[in-house]
Amino acid sequence: MIPPAIQMTGIDKRFGAVHANRAVDLTVTKGTVHGLIGENGAGKSTLMSILYGFYAADAGSIAINGKPSLIRTSADAIHSGIGMVHQHFMLVETFTVVENVMLGAEGGMFTARGAAAVRSKLLELSQAYGMDVDPDAVVSDLAVGELQRVEILKALVKGADILILDEPTAVLTPTEVDNLFVLLRRLASEGKTVIIVTHKLKEIMAVTDRVSVMRRGEMVGTVETAGTSPADLAELMVGRRVVLTVEKGPARPGEVVLAVEDLCVRDARGTLRLDHVSLSVKAGEIVGIAGVSGNGQSELLEAIAGIRKPSSGRVSLKGEALDCGGTDDPRTLRAKGLRHVPEDRHRMGLVKPFAAAESAMLGCSDEERFGKGLFLDRDLVMADCAAKMAAFDVRPADPGLRTALFSGGNQQKIVLAREIERDPQLLLIGQPTRGVDIGAIEFIHKRIIALRDAGKAILLVSTELDEVLALSDRVLVMCGGKITGERLPDQTNEQDMGLLMAGVTSEQPKEAA
Amino acid sequence: MSEAFQIILLAVDSAIRLSVPLLFACLAGLYSERAGVVDIGLEGKMLIGAFAAGATASLVPNPWMGLLAAVLASVLFALVHGFASITQRGNQIVAGVAINVLASGLTAILGNAWFNQGGRTPQLPSGARFNEIVLPFAESARAIPVFGAIYAEVISGHSVLVYGALALVPLTWFILYRTRWGLRLRAVGENPAAVDTAGLSVTALRYSAVIMAGILCGFGGAYLAIAQSAGFITDMTAGKGFIALAALIFAKWRPVPALGACFLFGLLDAVALRIQGVSFPGIGQVPVQAIQALPYLLTVVLLAGFIGKATPPKAVGVPYLKDRS
Repeated sequence: MIPPAIQMTGIDKRFGAVHANRAVDLTVTKGTVHGLIGENGAGKSTLMSILYGFYAADAGSIAINGKPSLIRTSADAIHSGIGMVHQHFMLVETFTVVENVMLGAEGGMFTARGAAAVRSKLLELSQAYGMDVDPDAVVSDLAVGELQRVEILKALVKGADILILDEPTAVLTPTEVDNLFVLLRRLASEGKTVIIVTHKLKEIMAVTDRVSVMRRGEMVGTVETAGTSPADLAELMVGRRVVLTVEKGPARPGEVVLAVEDLCVRDARGTLRLDHVSLSVKAGEIVGIAGVSGNGQSELLEAIAGIRKPSSGRVSLKGEALDCGGTDDPRTLRAKGLRHVPEDRHRMGLVKPFAAAESAMLGCSDEERFGKGLFLDRDLVMADCAAKMAAFDVRPADPGLRTALFSGGNQQKIVLAREIERDPQLLLIGQPTRGVDIGAIEFIHKRIIALRDAGKAILLVSTELDEVLALSDRVLVMCGGKITGERLPDQTNEQDMGLLMAGVTSEQPKEAA
Repeated sequence: MSEAFQIILLAVDSAIRLSVPLLFACLAGLYSERAGVVDIGLEGKMLIGAFAAGATASLVPNPWMGLLAAVLASVLFALVHGFASITQRGNQIVAGVAINVLASGLTAILGNAWFNQGGRTPQLPSGARFNEIVLPFAESARAIPVFGAIYAEVISGHSVLVYGALALVPLTWFILYRTRWGLRLRAVGENPAAVDTAGLSVTALRYSAVIMAGILCGFGGAYLAIAQSAGFITDMTAGKGFIALAALIFAKWRPVPALGACFLFGLLDAVALRIQGVSFPGIGQVPVQAIQALPYLLTVVLLAGFIGKATPPKAVGVPYLKDRS
């Protein structure tokens, strides 16, 4: 009998007070695509980092192809034939593709000979697998899809037999995802072993042979993909039944609240990031923006929210023209009823070392209800946060606890509570459920729809296509800073959206597809 | 030969002499910062190197022993900087400033205690210094117009450290862009996580770069104390470490432009020495401080518009910590 490609036994790892892996076992058969799923913080990335030698386990053992292997560093893992494609690519931006691939395997004191060898191997592999990559391109000039190919090639050139991919599809268009899956299946059929770490159930169903589920640091089960369903997997992940679909009634759009005309934004280098974007959002309507991340969605939100000054174009709120980024900064816009849940709550939405109560009043500290004059009334601040926590089911409901100690979902609820409760006319939401556990996703979706039903205008940006389609009443697709199409969610499908996300604009009428 | 030509030759000659310590320090900073460690302690390392060279050469009248002592002292300081900023992941700038303060105080106190000459080390005899080397045919070449004079005045007649510093420029280029160590060094200054996941040690690479910086600062210090001068004088680096940092930014962390930047700043220094006390028609005497401020002003002005953006290595100044997200 062939020994399993990977056998991890009793893996245990603590980070201070956090018990990230509790006696985890994982067995992966050679020549298969194995899925590893779990919510944020379930310990799957930790487990894979241990397998790749990035962290050392506190206890447990690893056997590769039946041979006990002591993997303490990434060098050990590479020697054992393990390659990893990290979620955040591990590439040196100023280097060429060849330089990146040869790093750590230069083949001698001087780089010339190694570079030649790597180049020919790269060309050979990229032809064999249909992965088109220019070996001399500088990495900072490549698109995300290409970067991922470089990462995969990097592992293959170094002779990886076991390939770990951590959330590989987060940055890809649906078509690129399909291509990636074809590649992964092919690698498996050639006897390589693939582990794919993801939180997207649909992808697990599409590409894996077997799937292991983790919850709170423990391995809760490994099942054959063919014998399971997304609902069963979700239940394993969360520990209870969850509703995966979003229930909402038809929208009753009113007057136009937000009107954007020919909005352009240039970045610091002068590159056009937002290219003549026009859109409108009506009261009682959710307009979703779909697209692969980095195609101008962030710039759009930041320009409307007054954080970034557009280079040209007009924005108006309820018919009143705004000078976004000029006289209308986030503070004055807030007073006019425009609220913003930023895409990256860690960078813009919260201050992690602050107490929850302080994070929950960011940007509102001038308001009289938190105290008079120069002073804040601590009791009022705490009471306000406690009320928000009760309304949004934040756990633990402790306003004095540091923001960083809440889970991703609960942090997001704090931001949402802060922005929703002041009765906005227009709510901008970026990535409402990024890094949020399934249970909290359900809750957040319900609140967004309730807000719409209360007659508010909502502009939603998400790179999760399913989420945009489920929540929105109208969907706009962005690519390269432009809006490449508009669809009604129930009259489109993934292929249609995928083409628009890749920038292929066919003059398709709305009712088609 | 015209007098103007002679003056230019002398100015260039003196600019070369003045730019050599800048070049050593600048290349030292280049290795360190390309690997991601900000090195504001160039000044201090050069100073302790100069002191060690002066003190050693006064006891053992051999310049090579002086150089060795300078390198050892400077590397020791570099290791302290490395320990604070790599192993302990401290603030690299604070650690560098500490190095400077420590070197300044230590050299003054030790110098006074050991030699009783107000912080100086004893005047060195010629045998304890790096002397000027007259290249072959320098005197006979004077007969050849223009080139002969350039050869005799500018190219010939420097100490071995000057030629060493100049040779270091192409050598550094080769190391950085054509060797395994150079590739890894540049990678660790841009994205240490990529280096780590490639199975290489970020710590070892950064230490090796910091040690290299220590060695080169030792050379710079030795040049000041036992080649350019005949002994150590309190605070004899006089801000050269900082000018070298400015030159490094000016050169955008590249070895060949570093040579140009250091020479330019050396030239300004030479001009400052020459016009000291000279009265200009209509202006009067130019305060020497105004000239001394020129390298800094020039860096600011040129960076602000003329040479484009100087993008430092991406990870410079950031201690490497495996994050757990």
